[in-house]
Amino acid sequence: MRWLAILLQLLVLVGPAAAFEVDRPLADPAQEARAKSLQKELRCLVCQNQSIDDSNAPLARDLRLLLRERIAAGDSDAAALDYMVQRYGDWVLLKPPFKAGTYALWLGPPMLVLGAALGVRLWLRRRSGAEPIDTPLSADERRRLQALLAGRDDR
Amino acid sequence: MSNVSRSAAAAGWLRLRCILWALVPLVLFAAVGGFLYQGLYLKPRELPSALLGRPAPAFDLPPLPGKQQFRHADLKGEVSLVNIFASWCAACRVEHPLLMRLAEDKVLPVYGFNYKDDSEAALGWLKRFGDPYGRIAVDRTGRTGIDWGVYGVPESFLVDREGRIVCKHIGPVMERDLAEKLRPAIAAARAGQPVKC
Repeated sequence: MRWLAILLQLLVLVGPAAAFEVDRPLADPAQEARAKSLQKELRCLVCQNQSIDDSNAPLARDLRLLLRERIAAGDSDAAALDYMVQRYGDWVLLKPPFKAGTYALWLGPPMLVLGAALGVRLWLRRRSGAEPIDTPLSADERRRLQALLAGRDDR
Repeated sequence: MSNVSRSAAAAGWLRLRCILWALVPLVLFAAVGGFLYQGLYLKPRELPSALLGRPAPAFDLPPLPGKQQFRHADLKGEVSLVNIFASWCAACRVEHPLLMRLAEDKVLPVYGFNYKDDSEAALGWLKRFGDPYGRIAVDRTGRTGIDWGVYGVPESFLVDREGRIVCKHIGPVMERDLAEKLRPAIAAARAGQPVKC
């Protein structure tokens, strides 16, 4: 019981992992806010599946500072991201751009869903087509049915 | 055609369709398996350089004390190898004998970026293991490294006569990389042919 209490107290000490702080934030809060949101879109090249926002790799730190430099120099958001793409390629963007090389990536999944929906529709229609159609028997058919039920085939 | 043979043909067609449908999961499995198998041999840690075919980014960096300065202008006129190294980088020691051999055999000029290193330590490292670099530039902050798209040490760039980056190798250069990748690339760059890299 005492151990449990100590354990619980230790748990209280464990806060949520704070976003990595930049040691030189920009003086202009609006620019700093832009830098903060942009760094969530840039991939850390070293850790690969983290953004530079939540990586503590030295290169990620360099890139955060560089990003701020670009913004302070008057780069638009697009220009600042492009600056990184010039050096590290599209891969540095966590969200791949929509262009000729990535059509399959962006359009593939919707196409698959669309194709599957069409397939299911076709299948359902064909299945319902196979079900019996309840048109009444013709006079001829009725006569034959009667004959069959009576145990003779008068065809 | 009699009724009997017609129904036999229909039954045969039905069986064929059943077999075809039964093959669908098999084909799907083979496709997925094929992709996964290919995935085993991909190297997601090695990113293609965004700079291939583009002029090597400009830089203006100091030399290591007592060593020749590596300038941007040195990249023109001859096919050369630019190697990013640091004394703190363990993998650099792995590829070091190979670079020494390239330099000793005068295969091509080898230039070095001393990346985020202490100059004293770098000089000590070169003294101890040998200096394959004809010229060295000191990239203390790593900013030139970013311009070159460096994200780890060691990395090596093959630069053609016109000063364009034509090949990039990530990680230590091993015998096999030299034989299968760099030597053919050097030959192609010298011949002015497109470099496969």
